[in-house]
Amino acid sequence: MLDVSSAVVRYGAIEALHGISFEVRQGEVVTLLGANGAGKSTTLRMLSGLHAPTSGTITFEGQDVTKVKAHMFSSMGISHVPEGRRIFPQMTVQENLEMGAFGRKDNYDDDMEKMFVLFPILKERRKQLGGNLSGGEQQMLAISRAMMSHPRLLLLDEPSMGLAPMIIDQIFHIIGEIRDAGTTVLVVEQNAAQALRLADRGYVMENGAIAFSDDAAKLLHDPRVRAVYLGESVD
Amino acid sequence: MKTFFQNPRVQRSGRTALILLLIIVMTGPEGSGTQPTAGFTGSFGNHMSFFGLFYPQRWVVFLLLTLIVVGLTSLVKMAHRWWIERQRAGNNAVARVAKTLAATKQRARHRSTRLSLYAVALAFALYFPHLVTDQSWQTLVVQDVLVYLLLALGLNVVTGFAGLLDLGYVAFYAIGAYTTAWVTGSLPTPPPFGVHWNTFVAIPVAIVFAMLCGVLLGIPTLRLRGDYLAIVTLGFGEIVYLFINNSYGITGGSTGTNQIPFLSFHLGPIKYLWGLIPEPYYYLTLAFVVIFLLAFSSLEHSRVGRSWVAIREDEVAAESLGIHPLKYKVMAFAIGAASAGFAGVVTASQTLFVTPPTFTISFSINILVLVIFGGMGSIFGVVLGGLVVQGFVAYLTHSPPSIYNAADLYMYLGALLVVMMIYRPAGLFPSRRRRREVSQVEAGTAPDTLQVEIGAHRVQEDV
Repeated sequence: MLDVSSAVVRYGAIEALHGISFEVRQGEVVTLLGANGAGKSTTLRMLSGLHAPTSGTITFEGQDVTKVKAHMFSSMGISHVPEGRRIFPQMTVQENLEMGAFGRKDNYDDDMEKMFVLFPILKERRKQLGGNLSGGEQQMLAISRAMMSHPRLLLLDEPSMGLAPMIIDQIFHIIGEIRDAGTTVLVVEQNAAQALRLADRGYVMENGAIAFSDDAAKLLHDPRVRAVYLGESVD
Repeated sequence: MKTFFQNPRVQRSGRTALILLLIIVMTGPEGSGTQPTAGFTGSFGNHMSFFGLFYPQRWVVFLLLTLIVVGLTSLVKMAHRWWIERQRAGNNAVARVAKTLAATKQRARHRSTRLSLYAVALAFALYFPHLVTDQSWQTLVVQDVLVYLLLALGLNVVTGFAGLLDLGYVAFYAIGAYTTAWVTGSLPTPPPFGVHWNTFVAIPVAIVFAMLCGVLLGIPTLRLRGDYLAIVTLGFGEIVYLFINNSYGITGGSTGTNQIPFLSFHLGPIKYLWGLIPEPYYYLTLAFVVIFLLAFSSLEHSRVGRSWVAIREDEVAAESLGIHPLKYKVMAFAIGAASAGFAGVVTASQTLFVTPPTFTISFSINILVLVIFGGMGSIFGVVLGGLVVQGFVAYLTHSPPSIYNAADLYMYLGALLVVMMIYRPAGLFPSRRRRREVSQVEAGTAPDTLQVEIGAHRVQEDV
């Protein structure tokens, strides 16, 4: 579905991504793991058109999207939940969701109802301002806002950032539901344990390159991952 | 434990007093080489009329003014508090009045009530020239109130709706006025196709030309944000001013032109000439104010309006949802420029002359004052703010009180703006959303914007 091959991203003289390649197949949850500065966010910025790769290609459903601009992605079926959630603080929950459906010309009331089923708390908070929601609620709002455009691929940037463990559980559970409903998900995470338990496959990034990849279940037991991301010492 | 000086009311009053003090000195007599301190001592010592009531020393006048401002604002606050306390105490009479007020407010939200209110306002506006028959007044109302309203409404789209601070807005006004002069053949530059066109032809040409300049300026500069954009637009305003002031062969230079013909049309048997009488101009300008009002208020709630709000609140998020920020920002710029261009045509064709000194930076600031005073992003507020401020300016121009010196106008406007920021930072009648934005920033309870900032920095540092 999504194919990235030897993509290089530079910030001026610094090469942030040294030719990374990975793929996301239809119906999977794929996770991109890595420490701070490994290049995860740069990868997502590249995938959402905020920073074009200097070389390499990105194809989505067989189409070359390497040079596509950021605002075009949502109409192509890729939705991005940015890092730090970035909901509109002065808009109500409902207005935020309406903005999510900006590119759509058809009626989206059903989809809003679906989001309210997925996140009942948002229905309660419907008339409240986005900025007055708690961190977890904002994350839920950001995800449902991104889902309002009916994406076939959902990109999530650190959905667990700054949230309580219970809320993280809930959000990951719902990401699973979104996958089951037919949307492919690519999630960038530092919380490796959570992400790997949900994902089908995982890629581990180090210093702007993909160090290794495997099925999520295997990565969860991989000593290299356990040592670095799950805080266990290697015997 | 808070000290006396930390009391916000004391602080506000103190700041107000400081501003008025500054005004005493600035509007007072000038010093001279032989008596360098005369400007300072004279500012306090000289006598001056207090609204014609009595004739005290200047410092007494300003002390009284300070007391009036502070007194009025605290009176309003006290009355409000008294009101709320009575309501809590279950005072019947107060409760009944409060209920009626709430009901009125509710009714005001109704479409029909609103429409009838607008109809009354429009009827009043239409009847106005019969109410005020003095022609010098009518001229002032057109030139100092209605034209400014057109400009303020346009700037409100740029600054209020899209959140782009434009300090060079006057440039588009100048472009409109000079295009009129050009099209009608009043400039050294030959008019298009060598024909001295009717002034009406200048209207679409000026609008399109101003819009085009807005787009051309917007495309490269609107990638900038906040202060940077303000500086670039400021520079643009200066460039246009310097160009019209210095290109004698093209624009007539510092003398400009005074050859612009009146508006007129001549279609078969129908002839009309907008002559020296201001009334026809009043109706023409009023018609356009109404058209702009209708157009901009429907724009506010349209798809375009919503994407402006989204871009204003979080550009990256807006982009990720499929909104092309540059496109919508340029659109706001072009719409603002078009209204300024049109205002330029009206001014040029009514005053019959255009000269560069009209189009300086202080003019841009004047328009910005109207927008900020009324309440950024709120059309109702901007109209009301424009009417109040420019109405007052027109009054000062028409019959200046002895206390007032025309050269000090911008100082008073500046002081008004500062005092406004102290007491009502979101403007007189802010839009609901803007009021929330300002109050949250003030109280420091804008958690998400803070987070967004941090997020943005992190993205940039995550290299």
